[in-house]
Amino acid sequence: MNSLQLTNRARIATTLPMQGKQSGPDRSTWRAKAALGVLAGGAVALGGCVSVNAPDKPIVIELNINIKQEVIYRLAADAGNTIDENKDIF
Amino acid sequence: MKARSNTKHSPLTLGAGALALALLTATAPASAQSRDPAYAAARASGQVGEKTDGYLGFPTAPSAELRHVIEDLNIKRKAVYAQKAQANNATVEEYAFTSGCLAIARTVAGEKYQAPDGSWQTRGAGAPLRDSRCP
Repeated sequence: MNSLQLTNRARIATTLPMQGKQSGPDRSTWRAKAALGVLAGGAVALGGCVSVNAPDKPIVIELNINIKQEVIYRLAADAGNTIDENKDIF
Repeated sequence: MKARSNTKHSPLTLGAGALALALLTATAPASAQSRDPAYAAARASGQVGEKTDGYLGFPTAPSAELRHVIEDLNIKRKAVYAQKAQANNATVEEYAFTSGCLAIARTVAGEKYQAPDGSWQTRGAGAPLRDSRCP
């Protein structure tokens, strides 16, 4: 009786592994770890994509502006004549 | 002698001819080559301005009457743009935008025009604010 009181009493089994029912909770912790790993991997992959795509965009926009300005300069003289010939609507 | 007298004109016929010519030149361009008085007045008072896209717009809410006059002019402009764009192998939008550049450049002090950011500006003594692509 005395020895039992001196040593720590064993805690009441609160979790399933403590109760010997291991299968359920063990699988779910494994799944959570796997999901975390996939998320981390995805974040790394996304970061890589952005840094590759960034330099491509401004080049396309600049080409667009150049083409348009070329057309405008080509049309300018004719458009000026058109305004002179249609003073009633300009 | 007789031939020479035939080519001569009396002062009366010359005067009548000159008068007819003056009338012709005065009336014909007046109907085809000058602004409608309602449009001219709205332009001068800033109720109508030149937009960057080559059409007329309203810096302030217009009356129904003025809206009708200006929309009619915009339809006529579009018809001219479409015809000229086809002749120059360009799109209607490209031709209209080019004309808008020039129309804004030709506004006179006090008239309204649209800046590249879309805001309405009053033309001052200096150059107007235009798109960087304008000639």
